[in-house]
Amino acid sequence: MSDLFAVKPVLLWSDALIFVLVATLVMFFIHLARDRLTRQRWTPVFASPVGMGSFIVVMFYVLIAVLDSIHYREQLAAVDGSDNTSAEEVHYSQEVRSLLDDVLSRLKENSEKTYSAPFSIYSFSKENVTLEDGTVIREYPRLDGAGSHLESEDGKAWDIFTRSIEAVLIGLLISGALIALQVQWRFRCPPEGCPLDGNGKPLVTASRHIPWKTLYGTVTALIVLTTWVLSVGEVYHILGTDQVGQDVLVQAVKAIRTGVLIGTLATLLTLPLAIGLGISAGYFKGWVDDAVQYIYTTLSSIPGILLIAASVLLIDVYIETHSDDFTLLAERADFRFLALCFILGMTSWTGLCRLLRAETLKVSQLDYVQAARAFGVRHSRIISSHILPNVTHIVLIALVLDFSGFVLAEAVLSYVGVGVDPSMASWGNMINEARGELSREPVVWWPVCAAFIMMFALVLAANLFADRVRDAFDPRAKG
Amino acid sequence: MTDTPMTSTPMEQQSAETPLLMVRNLAIELPVESQNAFLNPDAKPVELVKGIQFEIQAGKILALVGESGSGKSLTALAILRLLPNALKITRGSVRLSGNSLFDRTEADMNQVRGRQAAMVFQEPQSALNPVQTLEQQIGEVLKLHRRPGKQEIRDRVVELLQEVGIPDPEQRLSWYPHQLSGGQKQRVVIAIALACEPDLLIADEPTTALDVTIQKQILELLNQLRKTRNLGVLLITHDMGVVAEMADDVAVMRHGEILEYRPKADFFERPEHEYSLRLINSLPDQSFRQGKHLAGPLLKVEGVKVWFPQRKGILQRVVGHTKAVDGVSFRIGRGETLALVGESGSGKSTVGRAVLGLEPLQEGQILFDGERIDNLRPSQFRPWRKRIQVIFQDPFSSMNPRKRIRDILAEGMVSLGLVANAREPEQKLIELLERVGMEAEHLDRFPHEFSGGQRQRIAIARAIAVEPDLIVCDEPTSALDVSIRGQVLELLLELQREMGLSYLFITHDLSIIPHLAHQVAVMQRGCLVEQGITEQLMTAPQHEYTQQLLAAAPGKAILRKV
Repeated sequence: MSDLFAVKPVLLWSDALIFVLVATLVMFFIHLARDRLTRQRWTPVFASPVGMGSFIVVMFYVLIAVLDSIHYREQLAAVDGSDNTSAEEVHYSQEVRSLLDDVLSRLKENSEKTYSAPFSIYSFSKENVTLEDGTVIREYPRLDGAGSHLESEDGKAWDIFTRSIEAVLIGLLISGALIALQVQWRFRCPPEGCPLDGNGKPLVTASRHIPWKTLYGTVTALIVLTTWVLSVGEVYHILGTDQVGQDVLVQAVKAIRTGVLIGTLATLLTLPLAIGLGISAGYFKGWVDDAVQYIYTTLSSIPGILLIAASVLLIDVYIETHSDDFTLLAERADFRFLALCFILGMTSWTGLCRLLRAETLKVSQLDYVQAARAFGVRHSRIISSHILPNVTHIVLIALVLDFSGFVLAEAVLSYVGVGVDPSMASWGNMINEARGELSREPVVWWPVCAAFIMMFALVLAANLFADRVRDAFDPRAKG
Repeated sequence: MTDTPMTSTPMEQQSAETPLLMVRNLAIELPVESQNAFLNPDAKPVELVKGIQFEIQAGKILALVGESGSGKSLTALAILRLLPNALKITRGSVRLSGNSLFDRTEADMNQVRGRQAAMVFQEPQSALNPVQTLEQQIGEVLKLHRRPGKQEIRDRVVELLQEVGIPDPEQRLSWYPHQLSGGQKQRVVIAIALACEPDLLIADEPTTALDVTIQKQILELLNQLRKTRNLGVLLITHDMGVVAEMADDVAVMRHGEILEYRPKADFFERPEHEYSLRLINSLPDQSFRQGKHLAGPLLKVEGVKVWFPQRKGILQRVVGHTKAVDGVSFRIGRGETLALVGESGSGKSTVGRAVLGLEPLQEGQILFDGERIDNLRPSQFRPWRKRIQVIFQDPFSSMNPRKRIRDILAEGMVSLGLVANAREPEQKLIELLERVGMEAEHLDRFPHEFSGGQRQRIAIARAIAVEPDLIVCDEPTSALDVSIRGQVLELLLELQREMGLSYLFITHDLSIIPHLAHQVAVMQRGCLVEQGITEQLMTAPQHEYTQQLLAAAPGKAILRKV
């Protein structure tokens, strides 16, 4: 029992934000389940196999990000020899851990001295090894954390194979159980509290449109992948290790939180500015329009990287001068990360703002807005009930497209050196290091590949999902 | 079926010679795979054109008449095999000069399009490429089909422009479409269609987007061209006036079927189908409405000028004015209708917006019930909003697509403080809907679930919801089909009798005026050229422009008869 309470939860600012995001997402789905019109609009998105599949992949990423956002500090063991009074005082580790670290703990602990290739049981570089008879030779030493149970290289393939089969079977078993539960719940008839039509059939027809096969397929694939990674990763470095011997896969998975957060936070930060300024410029016209146009033309004429680099340096100085406020390393990294999201958001709202201004100019000339004015409806109400709902398709589409844009932007900025804190795992940092790794011979190719695969999957899924959203919401797409 | 040869179908009559165009048993279908399977999982193929047949002789005009959605445009596109990919021709044949068109390859069809059969579309604005000169656009067709030299093209383009009546064609070769007026653009479109001397011209509502005076000119041009070039013309229209003026034969289409197919004179004298009769009768009553003598005017518009500033440069200095309305005066009594007539761009809608307080006046004053309502601040104008309401032209854009009918109707009442919120006046909303011929169950639907006519009824209900004294009707019927137009006008008249409403009726459709308006005011280029009691003005117009307008209204001769 005491072990359970021997932790101190840590709530970083970005954690709080990610929980807020998840809560919003949950609320959106509750709304979706209740409101007929909203459901109708979203049905085509989730009814298409591509939309559903990409949505689940994105959700899987979000789940990992949430697991990685539940932070705590472990209690340190009482130091021997201290007197009784201070034994009451509890000390916590300076290291901030997350739930994801616990899940991946077995993979994380097996760290090596330096590079090792994927699935290799030997180190990537030669070292001096002292043999039993005392002679020193130079050779590739065995790894500490990979394949230490094996006698030699010969048994490796078979070992990997059997372990994989075992893991896949476990994965299938878990997903099969989950799906069976869900299917049973689905066909429970009739569902309680569900309104019935004249023939006694449930009125909820949404389930009919959902591509269950794709849904089950994707979920199964993801669960099997997870069990495989956890079980095989225990004894091998699936994606090798990096320069300081850390497992690359763990790094890439830890970077998911950074990627997902930078994508969503920066996007959400652009929204209020873009919507507020864009709509008021388009609706009020005149000097408001002039002012907004001047602002965004000025802003978009300054090179983005320059602006971001200057702001990041400013933040660094702030952290240095207020070092008392940032006692933990994680807090520093987190602050710098949030600042980066903020700066990215502040410099990227102009595109959406322009689109919204143009669309508002159009919508505000439509007869129903004129009719509302003829009824003496106030400006605030016209904007909120007539203009905003009729430009949401643009906002939604920009939201999902920007998301992938920001994930990529983080990689670019970290590469340039003004991105997230080097102590924080991020794909950009991995790519940044790859500069040196790719120029040596033989090439160390796996860290950059790992970053690429993870980023590719997220951005592809987000883009496919965005396509579906655009098809469903863009009025011009309908014939 | 009948004993006289006059009433036999044109097909039987002319079967001796080979017709230019022969359409047999043509059917077009929307297949299941093109329908949205998510919204309608039990979709069946929808037959949009159900096995129609007709034929056109060289030098004759066949008018294909019907309401929107009856399949007339699809038929025209199917003849040239230009249907959208989602649609399929399921059976039937089309023969042009005896050759079957459905057997040809796509490459062969390109030889037919333009050279043997050409098409003129409804909207000249979008049919022309705005970044190409007239020479390039007309020359393109020539080049594709004949490959002549440069000078040859130029001569031919000049010749064509001359033929369709564009003045100074040599100078206009290098003009861009935006430099031409709407009527001239349509002439250019016709010139493009005629460039390769086709035998068949398909004109899909060629004058619907044009003003009456220009409509007359274009119709005359078409008529003259088919005589000089011996063109067969398939004229698609919904306007019975145009039919009466132009057609040799008439085919009435509804729900993808041809209901009646006969020579024109025969058709107008003894329409066989009940629907044809309804179409002919949809031409409004031409008897004049008697003007009431009125005690005090409700609305007085005196010397109103609305100028739009033209701004230039960084500081947006005003460098001049567009004089949209330049000195307009009229008065409307209680329970009276004033029709404001004019072509597009004459400033009549701006007058309506000025009365609604949506445009600031440059000069002049507007008095409503004896009090000045011009140039008030929005908050000061609010009391008047309740008394002056508006109905717009396009029933599809005049309602927020994201709102339920309930919220649309209640918006004005809530905003003007007549009721506290949209849920409260349930009974009142139902009464309103029933008043305009709709039902209570329509309250919780969305605008897109209704047809154009129904939407216009809802728009009327929205306007009368706040019990106004004056309604500005901005072309409320011009986006509607003819048979529905009559119903909506009847509803407006009925409401006027019951509620004592006054209407400022803005229109370009002269045919509805006699039945509707007590007074008429004619506008041209921002000024009133003539106004007076409807009967006097329409029977003895004084101003030259009014005379032109009246003369241009199509199909007058036949209308008189009916």
